[in-house]
This record gives sequence, C-alpha cells and structure tokens, in this order.
Amino acid sequence: MTAVTLVGQQRFAFDRQRVIATIFVMLGLVDIFVFGLYSNGDSVFTFTLTGAAVSVPNLVMAAAPVCYGLGALSVVFGLVYAGAKLNKLSQRLVAGTVTLAFVLAFLVWSDAGRFPLPFVSLMQSTMLASIPLVLGALSGCLCERSGVINIAIEGQLLLGAFAGAVIASAFGSLWFGLLTGSVAGGLLAILLGVFAIRYMVDQIILGVVLNVFASGLTGYLYDQALVPYQNRLNSPATFSPVKIPLLGDIPIIGPIFFDSTIFLYITYAAVALVHIGLFKTRYGLRVRAVGEHPTAADTVGIKVLMTRYRNVIIGGLIAGIGGASLSIGSVGSFGKDMSSGQGYIALAAMIFGRWTPLGATGAALLFGFSVACANVLGTIGCPIPSDFLLMLPYVATIIAVAGFVGKSQAPKADGQPYVKS
Amino acid sequence: MSQHESGPGATEAGIVAGGQADGTGSPASPGGSQPLQSHGWNSVPLSLLNAVLEGSSTVVTILAIVLAVVIGGLLIAFTSPPVLHAWSNLFSAPGAAFSQAWDVAASAYSAMFEGAIINPHTISAAFHGGSTAAIFNPLSETTVNATPLILAGLAVALAFRAGMFNIGATGQFIGGAFFAGWIGFAVHLPLVIHVVVAVIAGFVGGAIVGAFVGDLKARTGAHEVIVTIMLNYVMEYLLLFLLGLAAFRAAGSPNPISPPVQNNAMLPLLAGHNLRINAGFLVALAAAAAAAWLLGRTTLGFELRTVGANQNAARAAGMSPEKTWVRVMLICGGLAGLAGASVVLGSDFALTPQIYGTYGIDAITVALLGRAKPGGVVLAALLYGSLNAGSVTMQAQTQIPVDIATVIQALIVLFVAAPPFVREVFRLRRRRAGSEEQLLAKGWSS
Repeated sequence: MTAVTLVGQQRFAFDRQRVIATIFVMLGLVDIFVFGLYSNGDSVFTFTLTGAAVSVPNLVMAAAPVCYGLGALSVVFGLVYAGAKLNKLSQRLVAGTVTLAFVLAFLVWSDAGRFPLPFVSLMQSTMLASIPLVLGALSGCLCERSGVINIAIEGQLLLGAFAGAVIASAFGSLWFGLLTGSVAGGLLAILLGVFAIRYMVDQIILGVVLNVFASGLTGYLYDQALVPYQNRLNSPATFSPVKIPLLGDIPIIGPIFFDSTIFLYITYAAVALVHIGLFKTRYGLRVRAVGEHPTAADTVGIKVLMTRYRNVIIGGLIAGIGGASLSIGSVGSFGKDMSSGQGYIALAAMIFGRWTPLGATGAALLFGFSVACANVLGTIGCPIPSDFLLMLPYVATIIAVAGFVGKSQAPKADGQPYVKS
Repeated sequence: MSQHESGPGATEAGIVAGGQADGTGSPASPGGSQPLQSHGWNSVPLSLLNAVLEGSSTVVTILAIVLAVVIGGLLIAFTSPPVLHAWSNLFSAPGAAFSQAWDVAASAYSAMFEGAIINPHTISAAFHGGSTAAIFNPLSETTVNATPLILAGLAVALAFRAGMFNIGATGQFIGGAFFAGWIGFAVHLPLVIHVVVAVIAGFVGGAIVGAFVGDLKARTGAHEVIVTIMLNYVMEYLLLFLLGLAAFRAAGSPNPISPPVQNNAMLPLLAGHNLRINAGFLVALAAAAAAAWLLGRTTLGFELRTVGANQNAARAAGMSPEKTWVRVMLICGGLAGLAGASVVLGSDFALTPQIYGTYGIDAITVALLGRAKPGGVVLAALLYGSLNAGSVTMQAQTQIPVDIATVIQALIVLFVAAPPFVREVFRLRRRRAGSEEQLLAKGWSS
C-alpha cells in the first residue's frame, strides 16, 4: 500500500507543527526587522473611489509601529502554535491571522512615505484577477476529484477567451459570447475526457499537448481571421459592472464585492455550487468515491466512466466562463496567448488549496492579490520589482508541494485510467 | 497500490518498457504476435504487412503524422478567405470550392516543403549563375530550428526513461541561456576557449535548475511535474528581472535586451557565411550519441532505466532512486541548458525576455514522438525543425500564419500518444493485450 500522496515517502521526518510554527515566527520577525525597521513616515490607505456616494476617511498610520505590532502578534501566535495543542479550527485561524498580518505589514511598508495606497481599487483588481483563477481551479477540482488530472485549464481559458470575444463581437451579444466561451472550454474538456478516459493517454502529457493545441489553434485563427476582420470579429463590448442594491452601497465592502461584472457573481455561485456539490450531496460523494477508489465505486453500482466524463465536461464549461472573463469581462478583445500562464496558476491554486473548492478559492484569491499588487504597487513607487510579486504564486506552490506547509494530498486514483476487469 | 493495477498491459514504465518490448523502429519484429507464419525472404514482406495491419508503433507514428497533416490541411483550406468565398458560391460553381480548397492547402504545404527541405527554383537559379548556398538554405534552417529541440528533447526523454516528467525544460533552458549569454557578452576570452567555456556554462546553468528539482523530489517527495511547471514561470520572471538590471542590459537600450554576444563566443558556422547552420547542431548530435551511450552502456544508465521501470525493484536491488533522480535531473537540466546555449550563441546572439520561445514545451512533444530514445528524438526534432522552418516560408509566400505548425505538432503527439485512436481511425486490427506500446498514465503518484 503505497499511499498516493503528493508528498511521497518522507525521508526527513519533519515535525510539521514545529516547522509551521517556525515559519510563523519568521514571518513575524520579517514584519518587525524588515518591514518595521525600513519604514519611514506614514502609510496612507484611501478607501474612497472617485464618485462614491459615501466618503470614508483615509487611514493614516505610522508605518513602523504598525509593523512592529503585527510582527509581535505573529511571533506570539507562532509560539502559541508550537506550544499549545490547538484544534483544527484554531490552527486555521492562527494561520489566517499570521498570513493577513504579513500581507498588511507588507502593504504598510511598501506604502510608507509614498503616494497614498488606493486600497479599494487594489482589492477590486484582486477580485478581477482572481476570477479566471478561481474558475480554472474549480475546473481542476471537479476533474481531479473524479480522478482525471486537468493540466489543460490553460487551454480551456484560452479557448473560452477566444470564443467569447469572437462570438460576442460577431453577434453583438455578450451573453451569447459568454455562453459560447463556456462551451468552447467544454469542447476542449471533451477532448481531454475522450483521450484520457477512452484512449487512456497519460493525462499529464495530454494536458500539456492540449494546451499547445489550444495555443496554436487560437494563434492561427487570430492571425488568419481576427487581424484582417478586427472590427467584425474582435471588437466585442465588455460587460458593465452591476451594482447589487443595498449590499453594493456598503462602504469599502460594497465596491469590492458587490459592484462588479456578472463574472464575479457567477464565480460566487460556482464556488458555492461546486463546494456543496462535491461535499454535501450524494452526487459529490459518488464523485469522490470514483476519484479515490474507482473499483469500489464500480462495485456498488456507480458508473465510473460516466461520472468522470460528466465532471470533466462540467469543469471545462466552468473554466470556459473564466476564459471568457478575460476577453469580454475586462479587456474587450482577444489577444494571442492572452491567458498567459493563468491556467497554470489556477492549477497551482488547486494544489495549494489541497483539491478542495474553498481552499482553491482562497489560494486563487491570494495569487490574484499578488498579481494585483504587481500592477498597483508599481504606480505608488513600491521598491519591490513587480517580477518578484508575479513570481510569488509559483514559489508558494513549490514550497507547498515540498511539504513544508502541510501535506498536500491528491485524490488516490487521480490520473489513473479505469479499466473494468 | 493504485498504480499497480492499471489494467491489462499496464507497465510501470509506460513509454519506456512499452517501447522496448515492442521493438520500436523495426517493423520486422512486431512484439510477440505473429499470425502469418513464414520463412526466409518471404518473411520480410509478410511481417511488414503484419506490422502495417496491426499498426506497429512505427506505423502508428507515420499514420499519426499523416492524420495530423490532413487535419492541418483541412484547417488551412476552410479558414482562408478565398476558399470561404468560394463556398458561398457552392451551388453555382460546386467544383470551384473544392478545387480552391485543395489549391490553398496544397500551396501551403508545398511552400512549407520549399522552406524546410529544398526549393526547386534555387536549383534552376544555381544553373543560371545563382548561388549554390541558396539550395541548401532550407536544410540549414531546418537544422538551426532542430538543434535546440534535439537538446531539450533529450532533456525530457532521459527523464522519461527514469520515470519522471520533465515539464521544466523551459526553466532549465533559461538557466542555460542566461549563463551562456552572460559568459558570451561579459567575459573576454581567446577564440576557441570562449565558445567552449560559454557552452559549458550553459550546461551548468541548466544543470543547477534541473538538479534543484531532482534534489527537492529526493528530499521531500515534491512531485517534479508541479515543481517544474512552477519553476518555468519563476525562471521566466527571474530572467525578466535580471534583464532589467543595468549589469545585464545593453548600454542605452530602452528594451530589456542584453549586450550582443562577442564574436569569439559564437558557435562557428559550418558552411560559410550565407548559411546559418552552426556547430550547435554537432553539439546536439554529440549529445544524442552521449545520451544513447549513457542509457545503454553505463551503470548510471542501467540504474536510470531500472528506477524508471520499477522504483521498488530498484530499491530492492540496492539502488538509490533518490540519488538517481538527482543525477538524472542534473544531466537533463544540463541538456536543456545546452539548448539555451545553442540558441543564444548560435542564432539569437543576445538574451531577450522571450528567448525561451516554446522550446521547452515542444521538447516534451519531441521526446514523446521520438519515444524517449535518443535516435528517435533526433528524428522527431528534425521533423519539428522542418515544420518550424517551413512554416516561416509558408507564411511569407501564402500569408498562412506560422501557428499552423504548432497545431500540426500538437495533433501529431496527441495521436502518437493514443495508438488505439489511430487504429480506430484507420480501421487497423486490434493488438493483442500486453503488446500495447501505449503511454500508460501514472498520475500524481511517483
């Protein structure tokens, strides 16, 4: 019985609790000795967007003391984590607090003595950048929980973006574009499903090849059709933001969470549906059974292959929507290879979130935040090169799979074709 | 346990054991099943026939290429504006649409051939006083395109043989290209020594990145697929960052481009100044020969194949899979690094943020098409190199975008990886269970 874990057999036995506690303490020390000591002057966070009805006063903080405080908090939490036996919930709360403190200290430090930090628009672009990541990661969760590895998220996003832009532009209907984008992701998923499930092609190879295929196909069609017929085929409108009544008027929270395009609301719904679908319904139990032990699932009458096809295709439809959000959600046209590695970040988010929809969403938000920081912090004169911020999701994932942050465990039958015997 | 029960014909090694058991490359010995018995000279054509009917892996590969080219042709034919126009007049002139479609696809492929292999016009021009170098230009371009693909393809293939997926040729390529380029423009060395040092630096640069992956896998069990994918992006951003620094940027350039590589560090041209074919191609062929020797004739090669075939058996036999992983990834990284060196010292002559191109991903498809054998990798890389070189000419002559080459390449590998699919399409006989050379999935477990 070799447990099929991402963190194979451990030759160096880490005391996980101690390692994690050490990381917490070190983050706290970074808060104090890097961010705190090298902060001069005040940080200013602005919370009011131009034209907002309610004006929220700016938050002015003396940067250094805030960093010291956050750092001290993290160190204490780290020590508590090492010393006390905490239950799972408090462990997560501690981890969340330390992460949040680190992010805040980082923001305070990067803004100290510079232009005011537009906090709300930073968060808005975080949400915007997270949409394709979350939807892609959900696609990954659905596939891999049923036992099919999905590296083709990148290709699904790209095809979704392409089809969404072209159809929305040609027919002048954004909703039709959204639908077609979703279907395009689903079509690539059908290819993935057929070759993985029926022809038993190695799924890692298959994913990579399908990404190359999607990139080649959209690149070819872009040069062949979209460049000469730019006006007719590649000038879609974009969805305009829809403010949700009441909720959208709450200061700070409203503009971030409840005043965005339809894609954000679809994302909320998708996260909720996939989570409930996978973990609270009979269907989800069957899916997970198929992903963990297809033979057992088959024995009790679950249709293994059918379940896998269904999940792969639903995943593709969801990722396709994420792709459409790239073109008709914000940019307004399709560009060659416009998914630019976001499918792989989504894959990383799914792994980072340990194959759970909620975990993947959290990771995707964190990764989206680092992307947003790379865009926004440059404008206020932050000293950190944006390249390093863009690198962050990938580095974090390497650290995660190396097992330093806890065990990442894939579904047991993930990637195994099922042959009925 | 789950990876040991992948159904009939399952082999731990997937591609490796399959390819060997099957006698890839020699259609005269289709693995095990010989329904038509015969002797002497007769056996050669008969077993050839058998190979075709049953679809030996060579036949499947050829059919996969044919299928991909046909689909690519259809794609060209049905997306070009004149053909679409002809279809709209389908009922008034039904023949026109089909002949137009055929013409477009045929002219695209013939332009591709002229750009990749030989252009008849240059031969007749040579007889009338034109340059003879022009005749060989397409072949020269094919080798230039194939060189990094051979090296990076070997980097993926060797890892395959050790049971690992090296999706990280891109990152290792960047490591190698950066080291080689840096030695190339920043250091002054005498004529021959400079290029040798720069090429070695390329190997080292890639090897560092590769060894990191192997080491991480050996120490913590981190899955190399995920680590290499993530490392590709880390290296891309690192390159972008480094090229932004004054130390690595050409003086006065507004763009993130390094200073040009010095003449001493350039890979020497092999056939005069008019052709781009350079010593990098020889390095690539030598690397392929070395890889074949390593796999077939050395202890490390034996350990590598054993670990790839069955990790537990290797461990039981006293080998250390962990050590093997590190060594293999070091060599693989070095090979991908050489690919980077061959590009920066042989064709680009400066570091740019996009220098890695799609070599790292193409390398995976090259390794698969070459069935993870050094000789096969060379042939596959030449095929891909010719498609790449030819598609440039095709775009210049017929305005059909070069990306069609990417589509064809992806389709070839998709079909090569799915022999049952190719057999269904061409109505070939099913193979006996157990003789399937298919790539069997292993999943995230390793």
